[in-house]
Amino acid sequence: MKNDPVDVLIIGAGASGAAIAWSLADTKMHILCLDQGGWMNPAEYPSTGRDWEAKFYGEWSSSPNVRKRPEDYPINDDNSPIKVVNFNAVGGSTVMYTAHWPRLHPSDFKVKTLDGVADDWPIDYDALTPFFEENDRMMGVSGLSGDPLSPLSHPPMPQQPLGLSGPLIGKAMNELGWHWWPSDTTVATTDYEGRARCINLGHCTPACAQGAKASTDITYWPHAIRAGVELKTHCRVREILTNEQGMASGVVYYDKDGVEQFQPAEVVIIACNGVGTPRLLLNSVSGRFPNGLANSSGLVGKNLMFHPYAQVYGYVKEPTDSNRAPPTCLWSKEFYDTDLSRGFVRGYGIQFGRGAGPVFEAVASEQKGILPWGKDHHRVFRKLNGHRLAMSAICEDLPEEHNRVTLDPVLKDSHGIPAPKIDYTISANSRKMMDHGLARGREILEAAGATDICINDPIPWGGWHLLGTARMGTDPARSVVNEWGRSHDVKNLFIVDGSIFVTSGGVNPTSTIQALALYIADQMKQRLANLFD
Amino acid sequence: MSDSKQLTAVQRADLRTVAAMIVPESLEYKVPGADDAVIQADMLATLGRDTALVAQALDHLAQLAGKPLAELDEAGRDAVALEFRKRGGAAAATLVRVVLQCYYRDDRVLRSLGLELRAPFPKGHVLPDGDWSLLDPVRARGGTLRGASR
Repeated sequence: MKNDPVDVLIIGAGASGAAIAWSLADTKMHILCLDQGGWMNPAEYPSTGRDWEAKFYGEWSSSPNVRKRPEDYPINDDNSPIKVVNFNAVGGSTVMYTAHWPRLHPSDFKVKTLDGVADDWPIDYDALTPFFEENDRMMGVSGLSGDPLSPLSHPPMPQQPLGLSGPLIGKAMNELGWHWWPSDTTVATTDYEGRARCINLGHCTPACAQGAKASTDITYWPHAIRAGVELKTHCRVREILTNEQGMASGVVYYDKDGVEQFQPAEVVIIACNGVGTPRLLLNSVSGRFPNGLANSSGLVGKNLMFHPYAQVYGYVKEPTDSNRAPPTCLWSKEFYDTDLSRGFVRGYGIQFGRGAGPVFEAVASEQKGILPWGKDHHRVFRKLNGHRLAMSAICEDLPEEHNRVTLDPVLKDSHGIPAPKIDYTISANSRKMMDHGLARGREILEAAGATDICINDPIPWGGWHLLGTARMGTDPARSVVNEWGRSHDVKNLFIVDGSIFVTSGGVNPTSTIQALALYIADQMKQRLANLFD
Repeated sequence: MSDSKQLTAVQRADLRTVAAMIVPESLEYKVPGADDAVIQADMLATLGRDTALVAQALDHLAQLAGKPLAELDEAGRDAVALEFRKRGGAAAATLVRVVLQCYYRDDRVLRSLGLELRAPFPKGHVLPDGDWSLLDPVRARGGTLRGASR
């Protein structure tokens, strides 16, 4: 079935797809977005039920391979110590994330110049500054301006309370003389733009029933739709087609009834993030593009960066916030910048965790062997439950071509579309960085008085950040898109998600992903008259 | 391996026994064991997608025990538990998780832990704002942003 052509077709309604849809809406072009997922119903979010913790092990798992909702596609990540986690719906993985909201630092855009590794980005931090600010207003960010070791931000809402856990961490960091600061987060601490303020449901990561946590289904999308953008749900794109001029002509997708459709478009924008985007490009094979679309460099799918998470946690005598607060509230940039005396290049951010709920505590502690079976179970559980403090070193992963997304020769999704396969190893530099983070984490927790210290090295289901698999650059032989997100090979094809990152920094990437999407939208609007030149 | 949607009577009996091995009743803390009838009923009613792996774990336990778990003496059960935890893999982990996730949502258990018997939403929780003067040393140390143009 063939549909009427649109001016702009966006694939994916998550973090970046929503942002660019909203930004381009003022052009009055006919914009259509297709997403394989649907609208979520907050009344069905886990925190509305007594079984809220159990759901995280099943239908609300962060892993699509466990969750297996009809909207999900399988991912073969057997050959990776870090498993891919994501969410497929309107809002994408902003529905299921911790809402931790750091930005890349200025130094992250010039790692070759500063440290002699990887590549510099073709743009710098200053190019994104106005878009960081615009995005913070749109998503609704809370925080405390003035962090001496982070880029200046102006959060429109005050920071989260320190709660019970925050002072324990702050005192420990002060004792060590190390930097810490309240995190910018996309958790609304006041009523904001139709969103109710946070009431500390605690179980924020698998979606916020209060609507206090920003996800693009409740931030960008209502604005974009009011401005005329059309959003079709439960439409899974199989491939992008091209015409005899080598331009994208539209996409083939399966609609909500499983019927194959063709959607013609003048411009195609991919916003499927670091696994979904290369999967789609590699599935878009033709005589002109036998190795996949936009892949003359051979780099589509390569240079996958995850951010290995080295986590340390322990138990203090004082009560912590447990499940009674958003999971993160503080960060540290003490070890963010390169110090070669540490034995590795680049660095990591630290994200502190306030605690865990009783089921998670019991399950995790039993698996670690610190919660016994039998009569001593009750005594030990009471010592652990409600007393956990945690920190994670978010290690900058440098790009390596052997870390990659390819198409699995066997595994397919429910529409028969080849599924992605991940091959990934933790580099020697990342390994040293993780060891450093684990050692510092132990020192922090011991300074806080914690005992029974455990580690997750790496957090196995920690592949939240999917970066680098269609990198941006000025050299078509060494990059997939140019410095404003347009494919070098296909001049009406754009990519706006985490796959265009050149390097990963040591922070959660969603703020930067969305700033990039807004920046690319702005570049497109400035070039509308000669967009394909 | 059993792959039926329901556990067999033998599997249910072993589930009760192993649940009590994991979390026994405690008079000291005034809590039931995980073999309590209400908690067992919760497990069976909500097994859902975990049924096959739990059944697999119970079959593994039965194989290790050679007879119903309940018929082993304490030393025999401990030996089986040790081997099960060492070699049970994903199925064993699933079984233990199912036991714990049902146990730690039981009203009597939550009450004993001093937790409220409710879903987080819509009441939520109240957090103390905390002492922000703790940031004074961080402000005093200051810092510079590497690579920044201004």
